Amino acid sequence: MAALISAQKLTKHYRMGDETVHALDGVSFDVARGDYCAIVGPSGSGKSTMMNIIGGLDTPTEGRIVIDGNDIGEMSDENLAVFRNRTIGFVFQSFNLLPRMTALENVELPMIYGGVPPAERRERAAALLTRVGLGQRMDHRPTQLSGGQQQRVAIARALAGQPPLILADEPTGALDTNTGIEILALFRELNREGVTIVIVTHDHEVAAATRRTIEMRDGHIVSDKANDRSARHDAHV
Amino acid sequence: MMRTSDLIASAANALRSNPMRSALTALGVIIGVASVVAMVALGSGAQAQVERSIASLGSNLLIVVPGAQRGGGGVRAQAGAGGGWDSLTIDDAAAIAQVENVAVVAPSQRARTQVVANGLNWNPQVEGVTPSYLEARDWQIAQGRMFDETEERQARRVIVLGATVADQLFPNVEPVGQMLRMAGGNYEVIGVLESKGQSGLGTDQDDIVLAPLTTVKRRISGRRGRGDTVSQISVKAVSEDALTLVQEDVETLLRQRHRTREGEDDFTVQNLSSISETAAQTTQVFTYLLGGISAVSLLVGGIGIMNIMLVSVTERTREIGLRKALGARQSDILHQFGLEAVTLSVAGGIIGLIIGVLGAWLMTSLFTLPLVISVWHAAVAIGFSAFVGLTFGAYPAWRAAQLDPIEALRRE
Repeated sequence: MAALISAQKLTKHYRMGDETVHALDGVSFDVARGDYCAIVGPSGSGKSTMMNIIGGLDTPTEGRIVIDGNDIGEMSDENLAVFRNRTIGFVFQSFNLLPRMTALENVELPMIYGGVPPAERRERAAALLTRVGLGQRMDHRPTQLSGGQQQRVAIARALAGQPPLILADEPTGALDTNTGIEILALFRELNREGVTIVIVTHDHEVAAATRRTIEMRDGHIVSDKANDRSARHDAHV
Repeated sequence: MMRTSDLIASAANALRSNPMRSALTALGVIIGVASVVAMVALGSGAQAQVERSIASLGSNLLIVVPGAQRGGGGVRAQAGAGGGWDSLTIDDAAAIAQVENVAVVAPSQRARTQVVANGLNWNPQVEGVTPSYLEARDWQIAQGRMFDETEERQARRVIVLGATVADQLFPNVEPVGQMLRMAGGNYEVIGVLESKGQSGLGTDQDDIVLAPLTTVKRRISGRRGRGDTVSQISVKAVSEDALTLVQEDVETLLRQRHRTREGEDDFTVQNLSSISETAAQTTQVFTYLLGGISAVSLLVGGIGIMNIMLVSVTERTREIGLRKALGARQSDILHQFGLEAVTLSVAGGIIGLIIGVLGAWLMTSLFTLPLVISVWHAAVAIGFSAFVGLTFGAYPAWRAAQLDPIEALRRE
């Protein structure tokens, strides 16, 4: 089976005044379906650029990246929007829930753009909220929920479009340690059920909770190795 | 693609989340539409009023009055100002009847006297006329009949009442056949005129009593009415095209008869329909002017919408970034924000329409003008406010649609 993500010699240049910044400088890697990996690195390493390109929010300057059969560099804005809707489930550091809407409505949001009929939408959103343990709080607004609960809503939202890939940007960054561990446990569960997850983080402890760590520095991949089970176990305690 | 129902729900949700701001933004459009509707309705009312008064004056009508016309503007000087008040005679009327293209000539003598009937009294204008007066003026009899030539010649005490006089003196009884007292004599009511409403100058044209010309001259008018002078000669031309020519011929004829030269006339020939048409055109210009000024306030309302939508796009940058990350297309964002602007302006338009109609109703009843409001007005008001929303909402919506999701999500 083909890899879910296949990146070859990815390059991304930014013009910052007179200087050209090489955010990505010839990066190649694959992520198999069902994988659970972390992209780590300090700020400026290129991991955010990497995440934006995987998420279809940005396109590479050179090189090629194919995700679930979609060549990101070759797609129109319109097609990228459809790609983000169907293929990617975003989880953000700051949750990014819409404050005017209830938890249920927030989870429904991607399905609205996916054209899912209202009744089916509500049913699926309710099921997902129950799945992440918020079955009793569907009608709560984000401000009535704790940080951990908000992130669970965000994860339910990421799952709403049944995307093959969950892309999480510092998902525990705004949470206390214990809540962070709970969220990572939820990710691990989801991964066991077959969801491919990529977490972008600067936190090595978070990375250690995944199966595989891709470490970036200055636009290059400096290491790419499987995490041993004991390290993963440690991270959760 | 987003469902229309979801699009509407999303716009409604956004507007509800900041009700004060939405209301104030819509207020700009409300004021604009209300003033356009009220002003146009008022102007149309005035126009309809003038048009109605043209019809009530009679078509193809010239009115010859004694006295010279002073200055321009078509307004007759008071009788006696430039020439004699008694310069017109019944013989003048007979001579005018011989002029080419004249259909009807009706001399009349005006008097004012108190009439008493039924224990009530009233002070109408009493007009001594020949039977042809009705035809000259295009007036109709509503009940009873007009007096005939014989009754006129014999100076019979028969009268025809205007609608106002009939209402005032005989509120509960059939006026025809009743008797009333006027200038010391008893008169029989033989007919009632059809109501004509107010004239263009605001006088009640139904506050009138028609009596035979000879009767008025012999029995009612004071010293002024004696002899064969008349206070007015109504001349009806055969067609509107002939009106100007007839006017010139009548003027020439009367100059010969009165031995006056142009500029020293002791009479004035008024072409009332042309005066009224000018008035109608003037009110139409006023309608456009009022509507135009009001449209400026609608424009300001539109700018208010644009302003608030731009603020809203800036405030909701993160939301826009998120929606894009979740799969919103540029067109979805464009439609969402565009619909918010259009919803604001159309809601404002509907409320403004209601307020405008109420305002127009208030003003027209204040000025006793007819209220002219059509479905057409309403459609234009709503359509125009939607257009304002689209026009001024387009740029903010476009800005929102163009936002880079990465930048937008990074914004705090």
